[in-house]
Amino acid sequence: MMSRTDVLVDTDWAANHLETPGVVFVEVDEDVSAYDTGHIPGAVRVDWREDLQDPVRRDFVDQAGLEQLLSEKGITGDDTVVLYGGNNNWFAAYAYWYFKVYGHDDVRLLDGGRKKWELESRPLTTDVPARPRTDYRAKPARTDIRAFRDEVIAAIGEQNLIDVRSPDEFSGKLLAPAHLPQEQSQRAGHIPTARNIPWSKAANDDGTFKSDDELTALYEGAGVELGKDTIAYCRIGERSAHTWFVLHELLGQPNVKNYDGSWTEYGSLVGVPVEKGA
Amino acid sequence: MCGATVGGLSTEGIDVAKETVIQGSVTKGGTPVSGGYVRLLDAGGDFTAEVVSSATGQFRFFAAPGQWTLRVLSPGGRGESTVTAVDGQVTETDIALTS
Repeated sequence: MMSRTDVLVDTDWAANHLETPGVVFVEVDEDVSAYDTGHIPGAVRVDWREDLQDPVRRDFVDQAGLEQLLSEKGITGDDTVVLYGGNNNWFAAYAYWYFKVYGHDDVRLLDGGRKKWELESRPLTTDVPARPRTDYRAKPARTDIRAFRDEVIAAIGEQNLIDVRSPDEFSGKLLAPAHLPQEQSQRAGHIPTARNIPWSKAANDDGTFKSDDELTALYEGAGVELGKDTIAYCRIGERSAHTWFVLHELLGQPNVKNYDGSWTEYGSLVGVPVEKGA
Repeated sequence: MCGATVGGLSTEGIDVAKETVIQGSVTKGGTPVSGGYVRLLDAGGDFTAEVVSSATGQFRFFAAPGQWTLRVLSPGGRGESTVTAVDGQVTETDIALTS
């Protein structure tokens, strides 16, 4: 079994490895301008929307597209990639899951992300590093950690479904996180039999992850049978990547998938069951 | 910063009648604090959203009617404020940090 330090580094470790060959820091934010205002010295930027999503279809970039992106960023398959970002690492966790989908071996999250780094008044720079181009080779996309809509519908009442949005989004009172405008067309509510365990319950105020014991108590206390097949979802799959990371990478649960279609897909499907209320 | 709105952010471009907006500024000793992490907690104390205060110390949330708590973490200190938001209105709150 993996240990926590194989997948998560703290800010001290990061500060001590800024110039270590073979360690690449990558900032991934929802607000992609954050990188321009200052980033961890040596870090490159990945734009979760422009770089990781297909520009036409709603899907990831394909294997060749990812190879081109990471080659341009100067990353090799042997590098230790340390991801961090704002929003309590939501999009960094999404990118972590994404790197795993395409088979990158050594990916880690910076515990607490950009927030912890800033709260500790650690250095930020606007210098953009020049990394020589590489010839990155990705593996074919894994499907064992990514859920699609039909298997989500089939999982109702069968598998653990974990809705990691805020309680007001789960109940149908809000359609999006409260820092975003709420105008959207799809239905509000949640997938029947899903349990609402907001991603934020897995994190401390400074954005770091809670201990394994606390995390186990959190999910078991909410009635999740650990060890059973699990699908996590949110609105667009970024917060549920955070919970996927907790369940699959920190707690070592064997079969956990992230449903990146999440509520923006499910809540727009015709004919599927939807529940409202807490 | 020149031209910054005193108090809350400009609501230009937002259909305020359709939103429940909570916004305001973070200050310490009367000076705006940028880069503060502002969390929005619901009436049960659960995390709902988090934004970073702007260069002029300002922030905004699109919430739902009801009672909310705003809590700020910053290298310069902490602060908290409780508001009651109303549908179709902009609720303004200023949060003063203490070390």
